[in-house]
Amino acid sequence: MAKTIDQRFDDLRQTRVWRSIFRSGAGSSTLKRALAIQQNVFLHLFSTKVRTRMLSFSATWYLGTLTLGTFLILVATGIPLMFYYHPSVPQAYADTKDLQFVVSSGLFLRNLHRWSAHAMVFLVFAHMFKVFYRGAYRTPREFNWVIGVVLLLITLLLSYTGYLLPWDQLAYWAITVGSNIASAVPLIGDKIHFLLLGGNAVNANALLRFYVLHCMILPLTAMIFVAMHFWRIRKDGGLYAHSSEPAVVRANASEFPTSPKTGEKWGTPSSLRAKEGQ
Amino acid sequence: MAEETSKQTDDVTRREFFTKLGLGSLSIAAVGTAAFSYQYLEPNVLYEPSPVVNEGKPDRYPLDSVTLDVNSGIYIIHSQEGYFSLSAVCTHLGCLTAWKPELGIIACPCHGSKFAVSEQGKVRPGDKIEGPAPRPLPWKRIWLNDDGDLLVDRSTDVPPLAPDSFVRV
Repeated sequence: MAKTIDQRFDDLRQTRVWRSIFRSGAGSSTLKRALAIQQNVFLHLFSTKVRTRMLSFSATWYLGTLTLGTFLILVATGIPLMFYYHPSVPQAYADTKDLQFVVSSGLFLRNLHRWSAHAMVFLVFAHMFKVFYRGAYRTPREFNWVIGVVLLLITLLLSYTGYLLPWDQLAYWAITVGSNIASAVPLIGDKIHFLLLGGNAVNANALLRFYVLHCMILPLTAMIFVAMHFWRIRKDGGLYAHSSEPAVVRANASEFPTSPKTGEKWGTPSSLRAKEGQ
Repeated sequence: MAEETSKQTDDVTRREFFTKLGLGSLSIAAVGTAAFSYQYLEPNVLYEPSPVVNEGKPDRYPLDSVTLDVNSGIYIIHSQEGYFSLSAVCTHLGCLTAWKPELGIIACPCHGSKFAVSEQGKVRPGDKIEGPAPRPLPWKRIWLNDDGDLLVDRSTDVPPLAPDSFVRV
């Protein structure tokens, strides 16, 4: 009697190798499903369950998720670009030209990187406005807003440092002007200017410093703050979804269990119980 | 007995002493690390070109001419009073300015600052005529070397219209 594919997969999952890699194994019980998330080092930042209302599109337009998505695209395209780019002064421009005209898929990678960068800045602002206008920054989420502002600054700095790397006229003068703006800071402005550029003018030191900032320091800082941002979402009770939002009301109608004692829907805030009824 | 075992206010236990010693050493180490890190980030040697540039013989610059040396970022101006040099870097945000002979002024293409080149009344060469630039274009030290070449030191500013700010040949 031949085994079906499903049966063969079940056998595979019982092998020592599989159980050593995946520990709790697959399964459809609640426990197994929770363990699949909770015991995974990559996934355990997320909670094992979320409320359906938090997944509604009209609540967030998925802007935060999209921002993270563009960030991942930027990392995924940026790293291959690093294989062909030398951050030294005459070479950088030639390498950018090479990536565009000579390297296979170089044009695609570079363009995707550039477009994702612009998209990420746009999405970050849109996400910020959406959070603000929904009031998703209110207690207890105030600190998460602060983390979000830090992430906004990191995003803008990533854009700024990346702008210099092609070493063309646009890049050179943009950074000259930008660093001169930095030198307008009172008292320490000139020091900041000197440290940022590693010199008195935009030259080889500046390019290398901006490269290190763009490829190593700022992405690592961004990842740390993104982790904090997501952790705070969990600890603050999940994505903000006020019961009066239309999507939430619809979700509430079916999702929330009814308290056997009072006959009310669990989870309805007292201020809205009269409106929502059962 | 009570006096021996009770802790008086000015007594420090051995644990507290070593804790303080340890924390104090760690603080000193942290401050030292910060100081050294800052020093590390400031380069001690710069591979930048010398601020002193050789602009050639004076007779390359006719009377009443304004010549921009793009690579050095300075103007060599030969006026009635002699040869002098202005910085070509706009004092607003660092763009390279341009000499506009049809207008008789120096203009910055970035944000529209305009600077005077000739002396007219109270306006000195380098003074801002209009625009967001906060300061006039600085005068740079200019002199003749032993070969008779004009040399300009871009790192040294000199007072405008001062006798030593000109080279008279």
